[in-house]
Amino acid sequence: MARMKFICDAERCIECNGCVTACKQEHEVPWGVNRRRVVTLNDGVPGERSISVACMHCSDAPCMAVCPVDCFYRTDEGVVLHDKDVCIGCGYCSYACPFGAPQFPTNGNFGLRGKMDKCTFCAGGPEDNGSQAEFDKYGRNRLSEGKLPACAEMCSTKALLGGDGDIVADIFRTRVLSRGKGSEVWGWGTAYGKPSQGGGAPTEPKPATTGVKS
Amino acid sequence: MKGSVAWIVGGALALALAGCGEKPQVLEAGKKKPDAKAWEANSSPYVATGYKPGDQAAWEQQLRTRAQAQNEYARDVAK
Repeated sequence: MARMKFICDAERCIECNGCVTACKQEHEVPWGVNRRRVVTLNDGVPGERSISVACMHCSDAPCMAVCPVDCFYRTDEGVVLHDKDVCIGCGYCSYACPFGAPQFPTNGNFGLRGKMDKCTFCAGGPEDNGSQAEFDKYGRNRLSEGKLPACAEMCSTKALLGGDGDIVADIFRTRVLSRGKGSEVWGWGTAYGKPSQGGGAPTEPKPATTGVKS
Repeated sequence: MKGSVAWIVGGALALALAGCGEKPQVLEAGKKKPDAKAWEANSSPYVATGYKPGDQAAWEQQLRTRAQAQNEYARDVAK
């Protein structure tokens, strides 16, 4: 199995915030903490685009590199998780992360900054799978229940795809080739150009009307 | 003279024994816990229908099937 990844298709995202709501509800995330959010560019003008952003579970995660207490770890599936019992809430990871994924609860006394919280790819944390302790600290462990992240699974337009990186890349490639638009973007071929796991359409997609570059 | 020697010996003994009450100051204290594999046993009552935790191959197959539910091109063909 390849690494777990998210892809958000900006052509499909309708800024409904369903992914944000699903995440909040699934993990009972406290007020003020957003593990996932929808970012909109060119809001209100023609060409407006939205994408859903959370922890991207980087292969070479900057948060892991800067953590002074080494509370991060990576699972066999490439999911970046952390141990809240070790985290000291210093916030270095928040400065290092290019996606703004690390969140800090601020509802304590004197503006207390609590332990860091972030998207877990619905994979829980270092407690027993499916235990109450795991739920209380990290939320549901859907991955060990044989499910994919709630945000991706409930996305109404399937803009947000989550799962095995090879499979979601295949799905995205089939989609872009079928719509005949998008593959002309520089670097697209390098990222999505080659089929890997047969995760695309079982039948041949329609040929793209525009050429595939790089 | 005898009294002061006893005091000195007693004090030295107390200082030496004080070391026994020291807590070890090693970096082990804040070490992160090991995590269970995703496919290992799960006590949650919400395990996906038809999937039995504990088998890595079954778990991988389950996630592959689940991922294809996001692919409407495959779903259209399956109808």
